[in-house]
Amino acid sequence: MLPIDLAVANLVSPMVLFFALGFAAALARSDLSVPEAIAKGMALYLMLAIGFKGGVEVNKGGLNLGILAVAGAGIFLSAAIPLIGFALLRLTTRLPAIDAAAIAAHYGSISIVTFVAGTEAVKLAGWGFEGHMIAIAAIMETPAIIVALLLARRYGGASGGEPIGALLREIGLNGSIVMLVGSFLIGAITGPKGMAMIEPFIGAPFRGILCLFLLDMGLVAGRGLREGGKLLSLPVIAFGLYMPLVSASLAALTATALPLSQGGTTLLITLAASASYIAVPAAMRLALPEARPAIYLTLSLAITFPFNLTLGLPLYMLMAARISGGG
Amino acid sequence: MDKHKKKRLEIILEAPALHRLTHVLDSAGASGYTVFPALGGRGKNGQWSREGLVGGAGQMVMVVCITDPSRAETILAEIMGLLRRQIGIVSMSEVEVVRGERF
Repeated sequence: MLPIDLAVANLVSPMVLFFALGFAAALARSDLSVPEAIAKGMALYLMLAIGFKGGVEVNKGGLNLGILAVAGAGIFLSAAIPLIGFALLRLTTRLPAIDAAAIAAHYGSISIVTFVAGTEAVKLAGWGFEGHMIAIAAIMETPAIIVALLLARRYGGASGGEPIGALLREIGLNGSIVMLVGSFLIGAITGPKGMAMIEPFIGAPFRGILCLFLLDMGLVAGRGLREGGKLLSLPVIAFGLYMPLVSASLAALTATALPLSQGGTTLLITLAASASYIAVPAAMRLALPEARPAIYLTLSLAITFPFNLTLGLPLYMLMAARISGGG
Repeated sequence: MDKHKKKRLEIILEAPALHRLTHVLDSAGASGYTVFPALGGRGKNGQWSREGLVGGAGQMVMVVCITDPSRAETILAEIMGLLRRQIGIVSMSEVEVVRGERF
């Protein structure tokens, strides 16, 4: 598939178009909204479905030592990206070190919804991917937070707040992580038999629910941009657009040495390029309360997430195809 | 009907810090409190709404705690120790309750 075809196929997929609908509706101040409880319910459903399917794939294929190499690469990327992001923010913006560290944590950590969108884009192109990428996603959530906290303490004078151990426990027990990892384990234990039992629930309805969820994400992102956009300076907005590409390039380089399929490589690049907007913002409110959520949340959700969903994903697929010799 | 003078602490707080606040209230001797979800509002950084949000960041909650005046200042000092670094509003007012022994 040519790069332009990949980009067009992604842009006109119902998932991206529903996101665009939500985004446009919020900017136009429509009263369209998704109740909070339904949004949370859909997020749980998506974690259950994606975790379970990944576990079933692992059950079918078994685990090998290759997963350790990919996990190591995931930890490396999650820890290295905040260092690069922090340095770039300090060089190119006037943000205080605390804000820069909090933003760096978001970009080192991952967005599970971007990952889910990535799995759909990969499937749309007819590529497969390793089921254990779900576990890699969960592993990549935390190292970035630790690195960012160390940066904030070293350069921003941050002190007190939540002890790192307590914070890690809270992040590890974050509902979306528990659901994702728990469903992955249940899928790995029950395998294809378990899949046959719940397939009608997690198979066919998945894309429709993802569309509704992305509509909600579009609404929240559009609202965030409307309210928080004025707080973002041009260099900060630019960071939200080029940092995913920096992270993606580092991940692509790392992936050349990993036992990953074309689809798996796309997902590793997508994970590295994505920025968290669920687990990390909540952790930052406890660990670095002086950092301004209106900046890091708006940047991650209203700038980087739409970029990754629309233009980033086809680009990451193209990078993966080049690495795997398929493009 | 007999009425008793008490203090009503009202804390509007960002949701991720709620557990810390309830822990402070528990250890500072509050006899009870009630947590309410806040639907939306406007603050220093513009309007906010809880609609559609999946994570706790960006959401606010309100905690109401009615307590005896003898304990109110201690509880308030403990709360402020926590809230100094978090987003939130704290207010204290005088109220009358009908079952004074409960607070």
